[in-house]
Amino acid sequence: MTMSGREPAGMQPYGSGHQPANLGDILERVLDKGLVIAGDIQINLLDIELLTIKLRLVIASLETAKAVGIDWWEHDPWLSGSARDLELENRALRDRLAALDAGETMPAVESGRQQPAQQHTAPETTEDDRGG
Amino acid sequence: MADDGTGVWVYAVVGGGRYGDELPAGVAAERVRTIEAAGLTAVVGTVGLDDFGEAALRRNLEDLDWLETTARTHDAVVGAVARNADTVPLRLATVCADDEQVRALLAESRRDFEAALRQIAGRAEWGVRAIADTTAPPAPDVGTDAPGGAGARYLARRRAELSSRDDIERALAAEAESVHTTLLRLAAMGRRQSPTAPALAGTREWMPLNGTYLVDRDRAREFADAVASLDRDHERLRLELTGPWPPYSFTGIERDSGRESP
Repeated sequence: MTMSGREPAGMQPYGSGHQPANLGDILERVLDKGLVIAGDIQINLLDIELLTIKLRLVIASLETAKAVGIDWWEHDPWLSGSARDLELENRALRDRLAALDAGETMPAVESGRQQPAQQHTAPETTEDDRGG
Repeated sequence: MADDGTGVWVYAVVGGGRYGDELPAGVAAERVRTIEAAGLTAVVGTVGLDDFGEAALRRNLEDLDWLETTARTHDAVVGAVARNADTVPLRLATVCADDEQVRALLAESRRDFEAALRQIAGRAEWGVRAIADTTAPPAPDVGTDAPGGAGARYLARRRAELSSRDDIERALAAEAESVHTTLLRLAAMGRRQSPTAPALAGTREWMPLNGTYLVDRDRAREFADAVASLDRDHERLRLELTGPWPPYSFTGIERDSGRESP
């Protein structure tokens, strides 16, 4: 277990005790929480909601920038959108095969919808950029 | 808005005026002082609108270094106050035009402050995070005599890996839920929050629990012991305890519930 802050044995509350806490600990409390003053007396110079939204954006963009290329689930074809692409591609291939087996003439390729079969990448040959 | 180019930053509100320690300097390095009205005490500091006015804040809050310094300073002042008194923290960047407005605020919102103070009296907030070890056990060996070519074997192995990771994550989510349930029994209140943004948490590991709990001061030791014991019981979860915090998460709920952005 990690104790950020003081030893539990001391249990002196507050003060500089939780200073070692990481920025996330602090921001999720001082920005998202705490009593929000609202109401008829407009004492805030700021629209606090706008402020909070803006802060969220700052944090989100920071997170995004740092997360690129790191979050494995976003790059795993089986968990991300490309899995669906592969599935659709497979289905299209199967349909074409079925059509061929039924002795039909090869349907004309509709632009943008299907591509010649030899250009399809079957899942077996999909490269896994993640290693393992 | 004040004419002299200053505003009043409000850190916290306490029930009485008694807290002995000298308070640290505020967000503008200003001397932190108090304003009393309606039986309440606001802990405030005078700040320059050049840095803390609306336009300036819009600019400064985009600067993460500035935000960090300001947030830590705000928290340090609130924490110093909370060391000696039941304290209602105010959200970062609550700025009034002048002292008179702060008095009006205390008078107008007296009931809200009093209700919040009753709720947190004698209690402190503790954060408990669970970080999960999702390392999957070695993938089952499909063997070279498995049907199909290298691609099919790859697929089989990949599917096995993913499904065991799925199982692990489901199990860990259930463990995290049980940790939360156990801790709730020791707390006056508690809630689960969204995982902390990886950039801010300093870790990109999976965080199946980001809980925060309002705990009676005289049960703080018991609570910390329970976290330690849960940490031992759950091999694949690493529990991190932070606190005690001023009760940030347990004072504004009713009041701002209609105003929170979704």
